[in-house]
Amino acid sequence: MSVVPDTTTKITFTDNNTKFNTAGVQFIINPYDELSLTKALEITEKAGGSVTVATVGLAEADAVIRKALAIGANDAIRINANPSDGQFVAEQLAAIAQQGGYDMVLTGRESIDYNGGQVCGLLGALLNWPSVNVCTKMDVIDGKAHFERDIDGGRETIEAVLPVVASAQKDLCEPRIPNMKGIMAARTKPLTVVEPIAVDGFGQYNGFENPIAKQAVKLFDAQNAAQLIDALKNEAKII
Amino acid sequence: MTGIYAENSEGIFKKSVLEAASYASQISTDGVTAICIGSPNDGEADKLAKYGITKLIIVEGLTAFDAQNYGKAIAASLTGIKTLIMANTYEGKALAPRIAVLMNASLATNVVALPDTSNGFVVKRGVFSGKGFAHVQLSRDNKIVAITPNSIELKENQVSIAVEKATVSEAGNLTKITASNKAAGKIPLTEAEIVVSAGRGMKGPENWGMVEELASLLGAATACSKPVSDMEWRPHSEHVGQTGITIKPNLYIAIGISGAIQHLAGVSSSKVIVVINKDPEAPFFKAADYGIVGDAFEVLPQLIAAAKAAQN
Ligand SMILES: Cc1cc2nc3c(=O)[nH]c(=O)nc-3n(C[C@H](O)[C@H](O)[C@H](O)COP(=O)(O)OP(=O)(O)OC[C@H]3O[C@@H](n4cnc5c(N)ncnc54)[C@H](O)[C@@H]3O)c2cc1C
Repeated sequence: MSVVPDTTTKITFTDNNTKFNTAGVQFIINPYDELSLTKALEITEKAGGSVTVATVGLAEADAVIRKALAIGANDAIRINANPSDGQFVAEQLAAIAQQGGYDMVLTGRESIDYNGGQVCGLLGALLNWPSVNVCTKMDVIDGKAHFERDIDGGRETIEAVLPVVASAQKDLCEPRIPNMKGIMAARTKPLTVVEPIAVDGFGQYNGFENPIAKQAVKLFDAQNAAQLIDALKNEAKII
Repeated sequence: MTGIYAENSEGIFKKSVLEAASYASQISTDGVTAICIGSPNDGEADKLAKYGITKLIIVEGLTAFDAQNYGKAIAASLTGIKTLIMANTYEGKALAPRIAVLMNASLATNVVALPDTSNGFVVKRGVFSGKGFAHVQLSRDNKIVAITPNSIELKENQVSIAVEKATVSEAGNLTKITASNKAAGKIPLTEAEIVVSAGRGMKGPENWGMVEELASLLGAATACSKPVSDMEWRPHSEHVGQTGITIKPNLYIAIGISGAIQHLAGVSSSKVIVVINKDPEAPFFKAADYGIVGDAFEVLPQLIAAAKAAQN
């Protein structure tokens, strides 16, 4: 589970555009991970078992991890490191998954901050498990996993043997909201902090930039909408 | 050596593959090898040759898509290839990480520009769901660069191409595709150069005829805002934005969409944005290049008529 800036955050950078400016930013559970958490709860409520949340992050992630426990996860593991890139994160999570005897590892389709979309496939390869990405349905029936997933230009349904890694796409389920009882229970649920394993570097973020601001909009009269088509054809030359 | 993974879409190499070829041939000094799984149609190899691909390896023996087996087959064909370029499509996203582990590579997805190689290998990639870009140094010897469709300009570089075949044996697939459903004849949203998109301002699904007619006249794909797909006025696959698909067409036409920050996150990298909204204060106008303040039900018929006239 990844901890990300709230979706309404205005994105700015500091330190000469080398760092994301976290001043005043509210952090949330990555929306896709919220879906995978909810789905994991639905699956274990039906098929049995428990749900562990694993996050690579520093101590400030704890408040968001408690929220995941309030939603219903049984326990949580925080790998005490800065989640510097998707490959580093996947290596850490793979180390945890190897110890745990897990049947399924669910991730989000991507995190909404770094948009890597890598962790599901990386985990699959690191663990040598099958991986199924961008799932809009997930279920476990008679010890087999069933998925529906997006493919380019359509959808397909897939069966997989366990253990398996899968990533959540929008539409998978309605994310659960923590209730009072969950919030109380979360306070005493185990949140274990472990130190990261050593991993050779993959790369480094040198700097950031914002998209170039648009010039003022050119407006056309609603009575004369045909002028717009003319401008797209002859001025912008894109139709 | 530089390679590309040439996604084989029912025998065809789509534009996103040609973009990967253009990218690879601009960074390579010793030719580019393309790897595809299953035989492409006649003439498709020549399409690659036009964009600088000097060798095509066709891998045979795999009967169905399985990320694990495809990843292994591609990685096994990479002899001598240190940099692999591929399209960041759903298939690319399933495969790139698996290949990265097998080739011990640095992986960058969502890449939008050619690399800066003046000091190492630095790529520009989209981050914060369209609200920023990052410059990332890829430090490993082996690299995988997955490029966002419609970000890299096609660049012709006619060469001659050698075609080879390789056969792999299909080790027991751990996944099995039980049904597949592709919208035939429709332009996939992520590949469309023009997108006509509509929101709650269209009032109901019965009014989408006009949106579709305009789209078909412009050769565009159709998209929608989140509430529209949540209410099932339109299929979920059309939902663009922070929690939907991120797109980057040349032209994005938004009709009756307010322009919430989460919507903009998925479309703001479009080259030209047109907004049609009856509210002059709609936030979308701030992100637009062209706009019309007006009622969609009056504006759309005029646009359809003008688009028809422009065709003749
Ligand atoms: C976590 C989170 C994630 C989200 N992710 C997404 C996302 O990925 N994509 C997304 O789209 N939204 C997303 N949203 C929702 C987003 O905040 C907006 O609610 C949504 O985009 C609004 O959709 P809309 O513009 O179609 O509808 P509205 O906001 O209701 O806007 C309708 C617009 O139509 C105009 N209009 C009405 N009638 C007419 C007419 N006759 N002619 C012309 N114009 C007319 C109105 O002036 C108005 O501007 C997300 C929200 C959250 C909290």
